[in-house]
Amino acid sequence: MRKIVFGLFASVLSISFVATNASANATEASPQQLNIYSARNEALIKPLLDQFAAQHDVTINLVTGKADALLARAKSEGRFSPVDIIITTDVGRLSRAKSQGLTQPITAVLPDFVTLQDPQQHWVALTTRNRPIMINPKKIAPGEITRYEDLLKPEYKGRVCVRSSTNIYNQSMVAAMLIQQGEAVTLAWAKGLVDNFARRPKGGDRDQIKAVVAGVCDIALANTYYLAAMRNADAESVAIANQVKVVWPNQSDRGVHLNISGIAVAKYAQNTDIANQLITFMLGQQAQDWYAKTNHEYPVDPKIEWSSTLQAMGTFTSENVELNQVGELNAKALQIMDKAGWQ
Amino acid sequence: MAITSLRDPWFISALCLCALLGVPIIAILWSFTEISVPLWTHLIDTNLSLYIGNSLLLALGVGLGSGILGVSLAWCVTQYEFWGRSWFQWALLLPLAMPAYIMAYTYTGLFDDLGWFDSRSLVGAIAFMSLVLYPYVFMLAKTAFSGQQQQYQEVAATLGITRSAYFIKIALPIARPAVLTGVALAMMEALADYGTVAFFGISTFTTGIFRTWFGMGEMQLASQLAGGLALFVLIVLGLEKHSRRNMRFYQTQDLPVNKHSSSTVQPANPLTIQSPLSYYLLSAYCFTVLLIAFIVPVTQLCVWAWGTVQTIDVAEYWTLLVNSFSLAFVSSILIVFIALCLSYAQRFSQTKSVGYLTQFASLGYAIPGTVLAIGILQPFGWLDEQVNYIWYEWFGEYIGLVFSGTFVALFFAYCVRFLSVAMHNTQTGLERIKPNIDDAVLTLGRGRMSLMRRIHFPLLRKSLLAASILVFVDVLKELPATLILRPFNFNTLAVKAFEYASDERLIAAALPSVTIVIIGIIPVIMLTRAMKQS
Repeated sequence: MRKIVFGLFASVLSISFVATNASANATEASPQQLNIYSARNEALIKPLLDQFAAQHDVTINLVTGKADALLARAKSEGRFSPVDIIITTDVGRLSRAKSQGLTQPITAVLPDFVTLQDPQQHWVALTTRNRPIMINPKKIAPGEITRYEDLLKPEYKGRVCVRSSTNIYNQSMVAAMLIQQGEAVTLAWAKGLVDNFARRPKGGDRDQIKAVVAGVCDIALANTYYLAAMRNADAESVAIANQVKVVWPNQSDRGVHLNISGIAVAKYAQNTDIANQLITFMLGQQAQDWYAKTNHEYPVDPKIEWSSTLQAMGTFTSENVELNQVGELNAKALQIMDKAGWQ
Repeated sequence: MAITSLRDPWFISALCLCALLGVPIIAILWSFTEISVPLWTHLIDTNLSLYIGNSLLLALGVGLGSGILGVSLAWCVTQYEFWGRSWFQWALLLPLAMPAYIMAYTYTGLFDDLGWFDSRSLVGAIAFMSLVLYPYVFMLAKTAFSGQQQQYQEVAATLGITRSAYFIKIALPIARPAVLTGVALAMMEALADYGTVAFFGISTFTTGIFRTWFGMGEMQLASQLAGGLALFVLIVLGLEKHSRRNMRFYQTQDLPVNKHSSSTVQPANPLTIQSPLSYYLLSAYCFTVLLIAFIVPVTQLCVWAWGTVQTIDVAEYWTLLVNSFSLAFVSSILIVFIALCLSYAQRFSQTKSVGYLTQFASLGYAIPGTVLAIGILQPFGWLDEQVNYIWYEWFGEYIGLVFSGTFVALFFAYCVRFLSVAMHNTQTGLERIKPNIDDAVLTLGRGRMSLMRRIHFPLLRKSLLAASILVFVDVLKELPATLILRPFNFNTLAVKAFEYASDERLIAAALPSVTIVIIGIIPVIMLTRAMKQS
């Protein structure tokens, strides 16, 4: 028995050493390195990074995880942190990275179409994502809901589904509303929304869409790319997703809530040149097209054609707010949702 | 007292080990040095009572659920003969390989289709967690019940005590340390769980910690909450220990020291043969539990996985497999070794405080993985800085990070997190060996090494195996600490499953999930085979 255990132990150790050495050798083969902490899932970033690596003869090292955990890691690693690039899926995290001193200005010359960026260029948006209202058209007549404020109407009591306020997309939405509407109005809105909840918030955005179709509720708030992904998935998901309709709210006033996915260069980056080249690449046609077609996010480059699914959802006006402020007001937004009883 | 403690090598080594392992816990408790009154006021005014209430209900529910399932199943397979008994003896351990959040995802997918049961509730969370955590109780209770001697039953029978009265008055109290250990492990895991409760939208202490940290950006307050959770667990465990301070539970039967004598030892409990009806009823009970806790979710996962199996990259998948397996294997050996050292320190040391030290060091199990990871990153970051400055002094260059972002951090995190799992097994194992055996061996002029090698190890074999397998499976399933501490380009099956699940692609998550379960099954089968041999 002891021999077996020892043998197994030795073999596993050797396997892991071989594996580590193999990756170390691969690392040494290429002169340039680029180390990335990404809050975006590997599947949604790696294909692009691989393309970039091939074009620029650079070895890319990637760790994915939750944005705040990765920021905490970068922070505690301090000036010896190997990270060059930070990628997130929400503006709140980008501005938090900046305010914690984890970023440095991007030196790459950004294309003219770039408008969503930090004033000191500490981060830049790669794609935009919107959070419209999604309805069951059989239960809600066209034109019945045109604004986020309409969701508070008494006739919608017990008919609204939203995920938990622990989710960052809801926090950013409320923070953006705080900037535009002020604290009292936002709190009243959050309270009114909670009063109309069909159920205690649970599940993700897709679950809210499914709940609308299942008849649990008639109205949901969800990000567009979830619906778009469902419309391009298996037959069952497609059937569900096709039964909901997107309503672009507040088109006559402030516009639909907008969030971004973005990128930043880390404060203590060792490979700033290649890091800046990556940012240029991510804003380039190839990468923007990939996001628009494969992941159904809105490209920041207006020349890029959207996927047919996105086109079918229609065009819209987005809100115009200072994005860094959205990040700064994140905590305040959460406290408001706490007070409103939005679990 | 203080001086004798310092001369006691067992105390010193335990102190050093515990101090090292306690670093992240101290780092978390350190957050209490600065308390923000407005933030605490906001928390108390809004959600704190909800967090505490839900967490307590969850922990109690899971403790009760896993306790009842674990004890009843263990009692069945150790006391009665029924159809498929020897098979159930190991099969009932299988749900251990199911991560709770994967169970939750799978069943939600199923129930959403059915539509008649809202599984995403506190009751649902308690049920799913109890179903995957009862094996802790089952495993320990089974060993405890089968170790109880026939004489007890014979004496009880002559006194006219019925079977059920025997269970309540004798068998269960004797098995109490083992049962409570299992229940405590299940409850701690429930308290530290994030994946399941976040998915179900239940506001618990853990989701509260993450809301505070991620949402408000208040790392300090989040650490304070995590520290509060750890202290609460420490107090409860302390009270339990205190309540049985005057009880000792040793085996008194002839001990199978070598093969020759073991062949002559009578089995502790001849099994009771039941009426034909209950012969099958017991099988039905065991099968139902297994069906709900394992067969249904795994079948569902397999069905989903089958649909995605053509799309996978075989080489990448193989790497995931090797990574997960090596991590789990190496850590299980490392952690069991540390646990054994600490258990011995506790046994041989003259100093009582060794017990408190180890208790403190094994608190990591009750702390959510991500918070624990931050508790590791902070001191490691500081250490890395010092190392780099010294290195620069000597060699004129920086060497970069040696601890953070390397396997050192990862293994250290697993040690802190899962020491408790291993310790509970090694300790209960050692506690059941009477100290007078030690005395006898030592009086005969043999050293402690000889005592360990020739007497303890053969007796501890089951406990050690159980400990390593529990740790193996736990590391295999571990997600949050792995996610944040892992080196560049290093993925595991759990990370992969999480990435898909967090992107709400549950079907794509099925393949890595089911692979975790399959790899987890292998050691469980090994364990049962080893147990049968002895």
